[in-house]
Amino acid sequence: MVLRRANGFNPLYQLRDEMDRLVGDFFGPATGNVAQRIGAATRSFPALNVWEDGENLYAEAEVPGLKSEDIDISVVGNDLTIHGHRGEAEREGVAFHRQERGVGQFNRVLRLPVDVDPNRVEASLKDGVLLIKLPKAESAKPKKIKVSPAT
Amino acid sequence: MATDINVNQTEENRAERARTGQYYRPHVDILEEGDELVLVADMPGVKSDAIEIDFQDGVLTIEGSVEPRYDDKVNFLLCEYGIGDFYRTFRVSEQIDSNRIHAEYGNGVLTVHLPKVEEAKPRKIMVNAAG
Repeated sequence: MVLRRANGFNPLYQLRDEMDRLVGDFFGPATGNVAQRIGAATRSFPALNVWEDGENLYAEAEVPGLKSEDIDISVVGNDLTIHGHRGEAEREGVAFHRQERGVGQFNRVLRLPVDVDPNRVEASLKDGVLLIKLPKAESAKPKKIKVSPAT
Repeated sequence: MATDINVNQTEENRAERARTGQYYRPHVDILEEGDELVLVADMPGVKSDAIEIDFQDGVLTIEGSVEPRYDDKVNFLLCEYGIGDFYRTFRVSEQIDSNRIHAEYGNGVLTVHLPKVEEAKPRKIMVNAAG
């Protein structure tokens, strides 16, 4: 069966995503190139998978064709911003028969649900997959509360 | 400049029969450059040794298997895309020199070069006057 990249997740995050998109559209680049060409398939680019464990948040994105110097990642407050550009080689005398791969600038802002330590954020890029590891701030880590018997 | 589509995607049901299980269709660009067709496909997360390219009877098949990158039981806060193998077929109406097909992969992008068969050059046949 052919899968479409769909999302089925928590309505709360859907709302957040809507907001993210609204903000993104409003402040995003005026060219609208990526929004038109990539955005048609995946609402905002890059699509993100975000998960957590006790110590870290992880954000993963598929960014084929991008090199590490094409991507800027920043964490300000609780906002993770992924900004970048996918270029297109200038080709002379080329006739396109099909053009599905998006090009141009993109800017994705994600409001993180917990505080992270911005100084220890790490990112790696392998085979077109970007993985960002965001260590949780001490205050955001789960704490086991011991219940002591009443005396 | 050619305006007709030389490379058509084969019907979905053909692909369905060719392979069972779940897979994703990679986004592609197809362009004509000099004397070759070039297919560029986004296949992130695939290792170069996990790609198979097949060209037979005018049908090009590209396939890339993707290893799971995390346990699917992880606690997702946001899940906007799924991860799985890539698979897509194309019918190529141009005559392709299959021996010279070559491909490269880097940064999650597969590029396949399909050189066209040189068209038979017109040959003048001399008619000699009978002696």
